[in-house]
Amino acid sequence: MFSTVVEMMSHVFIQRAILVGILVSLCAALLGVSLVLKRYSMIGDGLSHVGFGIMTVSSAIGVATPLYIAIPGVTVCAILLLKIGNSKKIKSDSSIALISSTALAIGVAVTSVTTGMNTDICNFMFGSILAMSKSDVMISVIVSIIVAILFIIYYRKLFAVTFDEEFAKASGLKSNRYTSLIAVLTALIIVVGMRMMGVMLISSIIIFPALTSMRVFKSFKSVVISSGAVSVISFLVGIYLAYIYNISTGATIVLVNLMLFILFSIIEKIIHE
Amino acid sequence: MNLIEVRKLNYSYPTKKNTLKNISFEVEEGSITCIVGENGSGKSTLIKCILGLIKGYTGEISKDTTIGYLPQKSAIQSSFPATIEEVVLSGTISRNVRSIFYKKDDKEVANEIMKKLRIYDIRKKSFSDLSGGQQQRVLIARSLCASKKLIILDEPTNGLDPSIAIQIYKLLSDLRKKEGLTVLMVSHDIERALKYADKVIEIKNGQISYEGQPSEYKLGGEKNV
Repeated sequence: MFSTVVEMMSHVFIQRAILVGILVSLCAALLGVSLVLKRYSMIGDGLSHVGFGIMTVSSAIGVATPLYIAIPGVTVCAILLLKIGNSKKIKSDSSIALISSTALAIGVAVTSVTTGMNTDICNFMFGSILAMSKSDVMISVIVSIIVAILFIIYYRKLFAVTFDEEFAKASGLKSNRYTSLIAVLTALIIVVGMRMMGVMLISSIIIFPALTSMRVFKSFKSVVISSGAVSVISFLVGIYLAYIYNISTGATIVLVNLMLFILFSIIEKIIHE
Repeated sequence: MNLIEVRKLNYSYPTKKNTLKNISFEVEEGSITCIVGENGSGKSTLIKCILGLIKGYTGEISKDTTIGYLPQKSAIQSSFPATIEEVVLSGTISRNVRSIFYKKDDKEVANEIMKKLRIYDIRKKSFSDLSGGQQQRVLIARSLCASKKLIILDEPTNGLDPSIAIQIYKLLSDLRKKEGLTVLMVSHDIERALKYADKVIEIKNGQISYEGQPSEYKLGGEKNV
């Protein structure tokens, strides 16, 4: 196993993937706790579809680094999703479905009339660790560090807003501002993570670690710490297995996450008995 | 001394005209005031105006102190992973909104309140594992962290067994006697509100239909304005 790890690490693209993967998995898991508890689990899925639409259009018009367009684009859509979701006319799950399917349709339509469904599009859909350029890595690292720092700075306010929005408002917190912050940070992580995980799979690294940790841990702090650990472990085990068995990295990471979810569910049962 | 004074308060929701009409009353320091009335009469809207959660009303609301608030229970809380200590400590957030971490005095205030409400020894227990009555005790502790002087509660005994509801009323009554706490609460539970309150305010169709001593309030009969 050790020699395989050494061999893996001799490849520059794997070094890049591991650096980005650890940071993205960690940040996605931290945000996932609040998103799952606030019943916003599907926002990750919706935003990844939006990211796909913007990335394909950017590629079609010849933008060298589509991330430069995708980051502000998906961030704007995240705020838009919350605004529509808060209106009384359209509920939040409907607004996610509305915006994500529209963005996906635009992406597919643009692809059809330009490059066609080539390998690049497959990489967008299902992820590829080969797809990350040096500049992608730089952006991903910077964005992930910003997300992690903001999460720590606003940790106690995010707890208050997630647990009881009414109480938080009465205590003088601008709860809408913190909900928007979670959505914007999620948008950033989705965009930088979807190159590796793929549009179809990225939302799982937001949802799985939080749900897994909630099986066993009962305090907010321990759930947050456990989610980060579960997510990073799933990523590292996933990328190792993907390398050995030559399977899609994104899919392997999701399956490792599923295994840990099952394991934690069994532990929960044993504890309760 | 009055901790809250409401004068000629009027408020309309965009979809419902005259939700609150010409409401005036005051909350005296060290008293328990119960706002009663049917569903949709405007009780919760009234306390949200006092708390500043609703803007756009006309009239005057003056508050002499910070307010601790216990909102109606939300569905999220029943399975939320949080310890009693985490929940109670979050009540101190209004004391140092700009600070990144809880300060030493925040923790001291939370510990002192948890001891008073006899939940300190179980502070590491999960909030979601508690019974409905114990959860309300924890949420009252949280509101006391925001203000030891005045708390506003929205239907605190909703969904609780009558025996547990009595315990909540007794707890509030004890805090009033021993700590000089002032309580303003909205309640459906008129029978118990009459027993424990110093003053009852009944809201009917957005207006005060009774304000005064519980002993003079006539259940289901003619009301004195």
